[in-house]
Amino acid sequence: MIKRHPEPLLWMLFSAGGVVSALLMPILLVLFGLAFPLGWLQPPSYEHLLAVLRNPLTRLVLFGLCMPSLFHWAHRFRHTLYDGLQIKHLNEVIAVICYGGAIVGSAAAAYLLWHVP
Amino acid sequence: MGQRHAYTEYHPRWLRRPVSTYWWLQKRSYFAFILREASCIFVAWFVVYLLMLVRAVSEGEMSYRQFLSWSASPLILLVNLVSLLFIVLHAITFFEAAPRAMVVHVGGRRVPNGFVGAAHYLGLLAASVIVVWILLGA
Repeated sequence: MIKRHPEPLLWMLFSAGGVVSALLMPILLVLFGLAFPLGWLQPPSYEHLLAVLRNPLTRLVLFGLCMPSLFHWAHRFRHTLYDGLQIKHLNEVIAVICYGGAIVGSAAAAYLLWHVP
Repeated sequence: MGQRHAYTEYHPRWLRRPVSTYWWLQKRSYFAFILREASCIFVAWFVVYLLMLVRAVSEGEMSYRQFLSWSASPLILLVNLVSLLFIVLHAITFFEAAPRAMVVHVGGRRVPNGFVGAAHYLGLLAASVIVVWILLGA
């Protein structure tokens, strides 16, 4: 019986999350974080945004952005604490908090995206 | 991996020099490394922010209006401005590393690194145009 390590899967999720977040987050953050709040651009109307969110493809893409991005954070944050701050004696606790947080966050994302009216 | 670190009163001297916890402040390149790694915090923040927007829109027009005015508060604007800087750093460093992590062959020949990197930037451009078009166009 070969022992299966989760590391390759976690690295794949880290990598996938890194790519999708790099592709989609800059523009979404410019729009929803700066351009709309500061009034540089007129924010989309409620009806339009709801219609966009009702589209299953939008929700699928958003889940495909949120879930891997959370695992990207979990993996990188865990390793940064390990290497950067050398918190080695809490290695297991940190891993549980990071990946557990990503799992809970992904579940919340799935719930919120599923329940768009 | 997965070792238990038990502290014992008597253990042999480590055969390595202790590294300061703040080793990453000692050199510019080390600091750049830690900034790049720290970008993941802002990636996670944006996921939270995006999900809050989704929830607000799901709850109704009032909630959406409230989200918009909340997003214009100085603290949230500042957090999002810093987040944008870190996410741009994340995108640049990730696209730079991508050709090294992903070796692409076409017709038995290796695609040059520059092409793979450029393809990622084209992807960023295409994704941005599509997002703007969906949200603001038509």
